[in-house]
Amino acid sequence: MQWGVEIASRAATSSAMKDTLLDLQDIQKSYDATPVLAGVSVTLSAGETLALTGESGSGKSTLLHLAGGLDQPDAGRVLLHGQDIGQMDDTARAEARRLHIGLIFQQFNLVPSLTVGSNIALQARLAGRHDAAFCTTLGHRLGLSDLTTRYPEQLSGGQQQRVAIARALAPKPALILADEPTGNLDEDTGDAVLSLLLDLVSETGAGLLMVTHSPRLAGRLSRRIHLSRGALAAA
Amino acid sequence: MRLLLALLLTLTHANAQGFAGLGTAADERFAVPQPNPTFTFPTDHGPHPDYRIEWWYLTATLQGPDGTEYGVQWTLFRSALAPDTSDTWTAPQLFMGHAGLTTPTAHFHAERLARGGTGQAGVTSDPFRAHIDDWEMAPTAPDGDAYDALHLTARGPDFAYDLDLTAEGPLIFHGQDGYSVKSAEGQASYYYSQPFYTATGTLSLPDGDISVTGTAWLDREWSSQPLSEDQLGWDWFSLQFEDGARMMAFALRSDAGPAFTSATWINPDGTTQSYGDGHVYLTPLATSEVADRTIPTEWQITFPDRDIDIRTAPVNAQSWMDTSFPYWEGPITFTGTHAGRGYLEMTGYE
Amino acid sequence: MFLTALQSLSSHWRHRPGQLAMLAIGLALATALWSGVQAINAEARAAYDRAAATLGQDQLARLEGPDGRPVPLADFIALRAQGYLVSPVISGELRDGDGRLRVLGIDPLTAPAAAQGPALDGDLDLATFFTDPGLLLMTEATASGPLPAGLPEFVLSETVPPAAAITDISTAARLLEQVDPTYLLVAPEQPFGLPPLAEATDLRLRAPETADDISRLTDSFHLNLTAFGLLSFGVGLFIVHAAIGLAFEQRRASVRTLRALGTPLRTVLLALALELAVIALVAGIIGILLGYLIAAALMPGVAGTLRGLYGAEIEGILRFDPTWAISALLITWIGAAAAAVQAMIRTARMPLLAPALPRAWAQASGRMIRLQAVAALALFALAIALAGVGQGLIAAFLCLAALLIGAALILPALTTAALRLLPTRGAFSEWVLADTRQQVPGLSLALMALLLALSANIGVSTMVGSFRSTFTGWLDQRLASELYVTAANPAEAARIMEAIEPDVDAILPIISADQRLFDRPAQIFGVVDHPTYRDAWPLLSQSENPWDQLANGNAVLINEQLARREDLSPGDTLPFAGGLPIVGVYSDYGNPNGQAIVSLNRFAETFPDTQAFRFALRIPPDDAPAMATRLREDFGLPTDAVTNQAQVKAFSLHVFDQTFRVTGALNILTLGVAGIALLTSLLTLANLRLPQLAPLWAIGTSRATLARVELIRALGLAILTFVFALPVGLALAWVLLALVNVEAFGWRLPMQLFPGDWARLFGLALIAAGLAALGPALRLARIPPARLTQIFAQER
Repeated sequence: MQWGVEIASRAATSSAMKDTLLDLQDIQKSYDATPVLAGVSVTLSAGETLALTGESGSGKSTLLHLAGGLDQPDAGRVLLHGQDIGQMDDTARAEARRLHIGLIFQQFNLVPSLTVGSNIALQARLAGRHDAAFCTTLGHRLGLSDLTTRYPEQLSGGQQQRVAIARALAPKPALILADEPTGNLDEDTGDAVLSLLLDLVSETGAGLLMVTHSPRLAGRLSRRIHLSRGALAAA
Repeated sequence: MRLLLALLLTLTHANAQGFAGLGTAADERFAVPQPNPTFTFPTDHGPHPDYRIEWWYLTATLQGPDGTEYGVQWTLFRSALAPDTSDTWTAPQLFMGHAGLTTPTAHFHAERLARGGTGQAGVTSDPFRAHIDDWEMAPTAPDGDAYDALHLTARGPDFAYDLDLTAEGPLIFHGQDGYSVKSAEGQASYYYSQPFYTATGTLSLPDGDISVTGTAWLDREWSSQPLSEDQLGWDWFSLQFEDGARMMAFALRSDAGPAFTSATWINPDGTTQSYGDGHVYLTPLATSEVADRTIPTEWQITFPDRDIDIRTAPVNAQSWMDTSFPYWEGPITFTGTHAGRGYLEMTGYE
Repeated sequence: MFLTALQSLSSHWRHRPGQLAMLAIGLALATALWSGVQAINAEARAAYDRAAATLGQDQLARLEGPDGRPVPLADFIALRAQGYLVSPVISGELRDGDGRLRVLGIDPLTAPAAAQGPALDGDLDLATFFTDPGLLLMTEATASGPLPAGLPEFVLSETVPPAAAITDISTAARLLEQVDPTYLLVAPEQPFGLPPLAEATDLRLRAPETADDISRLTDSFHLNLTAFGLLSFGVGLFIVHAAIGLAFEQRRASVRTLRALGTPLRTVLLALALELAVIALVAGIIGILLGYLIAAALMPGVAGTLRGLYGAEIEGILRFDPTWAISALLITWIGAAAAAVQAMIRTARMPLLAPALPRAWAQASGRMIRLQAVAALALFALAIALAGVGQGLIAAFLCLAALLIGAALILPALTTAALRLLPTRGAFSEWVLADTRQQVPGLSLALMALLLALSANIGVSTMVGSFRSTFTGWLDQRLASELYVTAANPAEAARIMEAIEPDVDAILPIISADQRLFDRPAQIFGVVDHPTYRDAWPLLSQSENPWDQLANGNAVLINEQLARREDLSPGDTLPFAGGLPIVGVYSDYGNPNGQAIVSLNRFAETFPDTQAFRFALRIPPDDAPAMATRLREDFGLPTDAVTNQAQVKAFSLHVFDQTFRVTGALNILTLGVAGIALLTSLLTLANLRLPQLAPLWAIGTSRATLARVELIRALGLAILTFVFALPVGLALAWVLLALVNVEAFGWRLPMQLFPGDWARLFGLALIAAGLAALGPALRLARIPPARLTQIFAQER
């Protein structure tokens, strides 16, 4: 927990100074000798929303995974609050994710045997920051109030993604990473879900890095970068 | 084993009221001692199966070539489950042998048990023989009273002895011609002794054989219900004075009042005088820790009728007979108005 | 965090109670069968130890009379008179009708401490114990069993050995009408200065006995049970493995999610381990209770077997032993851990980012199947080597294990090959076969379990059947006489024989003496020269004219057990009566001890004091009932004392059947467990296979047809498995008959085949597989089409 305390205190000071929240420096990554990312650098400040676009296979999901500590870069640094999570061991990276990052996946990745309520509270509980009132508020804001005792398989895709968003926001992370959060939803539902996500992110002051292939959705975020064949390109 | 034997002996020797019980419940199947007895020998040297308990009890105070004091005990108890005899395994006569050998530094003891019908143990009167396993008391002279000359053997896991006894005086009878009263309620036994033995023989000890000489005392006693329920145990003395006189004294301790005492004075010629309760005083002077108990091992004996006031000391304070029912039995010496040797038996100390 | 992770993961079981039940059932069954067998073994061993410790026999030497005769009372007294501490015991058996009681009369006055078991402590009325009519100490079980008439009062004591009573020597002397001690116990410490006991007596000094004698005899039986217990445990673990694997597969995505949300891998693994430990604890306790019930139900049969076959007395009741329960729980945990290790490793190695695609959890590659086949061939080679050169029971069982494990390992390869060889007609059947082949890896564990259960059944039933038929034929030969008579004593026997001699074809005295041969208990029989023996006695090997040589008195026949144990054959010399040449070896089933036969004259010379009080009568069979009646009425013989051939045979066969009842019961249980294992595997596969079935449905195959195919496929695989199990089972039977039995019992039996049993078992296998497949098939037939369409939607 030593590291966790340190990063938390830094977060407190750095956000006041509008410091850099996420700093990806010259990231390189290959899979089976196939280069996926060839020296990508991205920074994200607290409160900033950044869209990451690119074609299929451009490496945008890989970059997101690296930013979330789900994977480690071959070269380059992944600085979260100034700490290089790319060089941490598995347990420390897990702790960084648990305490500071909210993840939203295209496939929702809810735990099927837990109720909606338990799914929303899951990461907050894991992080030891469960706030029942906040979870209720999130559920209410996301229109899930009547669904908390249901199981994920009884929900529509849009509802499931809203549960996933609530789960990611519940522990009040500094950084939200979203991978095609509306990719499995129809356009109207996707728009509604994204609006909710952006509202909540701005309310909590977290930074958002969102992968999307849709320029229309990307346009709703404060900044946008484009990946092409493993390198940043002009958007 | 110990528990079993203790239970077994409950039938006969000890009971819930304490060691001294020796069977306090009257069992009407058994004969009871009557006053004014007439003894017939050799018959009465032998067993009396219609009485519940009986013993042949020999103690010897002995000296080695270097003057070391020794003591030897040889006892055969008979205990009847029923007042009859029958063949082989079913005979209700049980025998228990106790052998003790005391030196100033050690005390050896052994115990044997047997049933009476198989021939493993028993007593016959004509010819006289008392034995259990290889322990034996048997006459050595072909003529005369069987008790005039006896040969005595016993053996334990770590000792053995072999003594020849020669009587230098007559049999003497305690109480009223051998009817010995044991309590104010009138419980009694038949009780006579041969107190005049000289003894010679060999003690076999782990360190080797020792030739000994000395004196010995044989008690014969039988009864069916000798003690009162409130009697806890007894302190029994046999004393040999330097002038050749002998004396027997006992106190039956009671939890209901003062001890019941009795004494027999034996002149060197074998004439006797019996004294009933209240003539002799036995007072403990010092105690020893023996087998986790406190046992009075030094005594003052005052006997105003005979101007006797002596103090006894044990040859070995640890003369503990750790047998099925345990008791203290060992040789003593005494000084005071008179000096001499003797044997002390103390029972019922818990 | 740990608790949250644990709750999230274990919510799976609440969500899928069926899976939880399967896991628990597997663990409980495995524990039950294993611990049940252990309980039986422990109970029997405790009984042997108790029996051996009776009267301190395990610590005290004994003095015995020559030829097992009593010690003259005078000898006892003489030894005591010399100072030796010896204690008499009068022991013997009381029989009357069904009543049977071994009476041990001791002399508490002289018995060494070691001989005074706890039986004699406590509140015993010693006055009554010592005096006529006395008291008998016995266990409650003995007291409530059939007992002879005319016994004194009982006192219950659970420390007395089974079927025996401890009493005072005077009571034993009266009951057994015997004055002389049967033997003397020798106190370990003798008095000071005596020469060694052996110099003081002609009696035979025998060292303390341990439970070894009886243990050695019964070891094979217990090893047999243990092997079955182990087999059942293994089969049970197949279920556990399948259930855990299924749970792993279904929680794969949840585990990824938890880790993505920041739960360290260690926490996940710890939570999974704790969860399994708790489930194993609960299931283990259920299993222990079940095991206790199984053991208690089988115990009377086991007791009957041990008594009938080995003469070992144990009670048909089971005591509850906490040590046993705890060790059974430990075994459950170890078993659960073993079954879970694969799933745990997969969880640990599972990359965080691989797509959460379900895949067949047990999908073994073709390479795996080939590796298993190679290992199987190695095991077969080992089995053959062990069968050829192995020595001893352990080697025989190792051979069995190698054979069975090898057979299980090669099964997937053989099944795949067989499926390839099957002819196909049309696209659909081609798909069915291909799909079945694809399923073999997933079902292989369950099929292996089924194979093991079927092989064990075939093997054991072949062994038992062969044994029974040989035994029956042997009884026919050996029990050739029409009537068997037991007189009260030799004098009565002589009187009867004299009286009936004119009316019978022959009187064959039955006379025997106990004698230790090669330092083990054995019996010597004396026989007259008669065609009954010459014509019918079942000789396995012989010199020339064995019966002539035997009649001369200078030869001996020995039983197969003795011959095998001591490696003797005709031409060798038996160290008995100065050494007699062996002229033949005869089969002697059901007897654990060595036995030898000499001529009656030679017997009389060797054992001058032993006289026959039993004899067999040769008489025209039609006259037998009349003769039996005459013997009973004219000589006042009790009904039991005159038995005809048929009764003896019936009794022998009853003992025989009793012997193998336990084996049969365990066999059926094992088959049941294999059926459950198959069911578990099919359920596991059912959901995973929906994506494969959905396209078939989409292109026009009805759900009913798909379900039928599923059912038929399960039956087909069961048939294939049975076909493989048959040769494995026969090989197993051969090992049992030719190796295990020889080591365990000392005899070898010819193997016979019982196709009827196979047919029955085949039916059972089909029923088990059919029942196992029915549920999943029905579910498939009724699956809402929406689920199938959903599969297309979710197919990624």
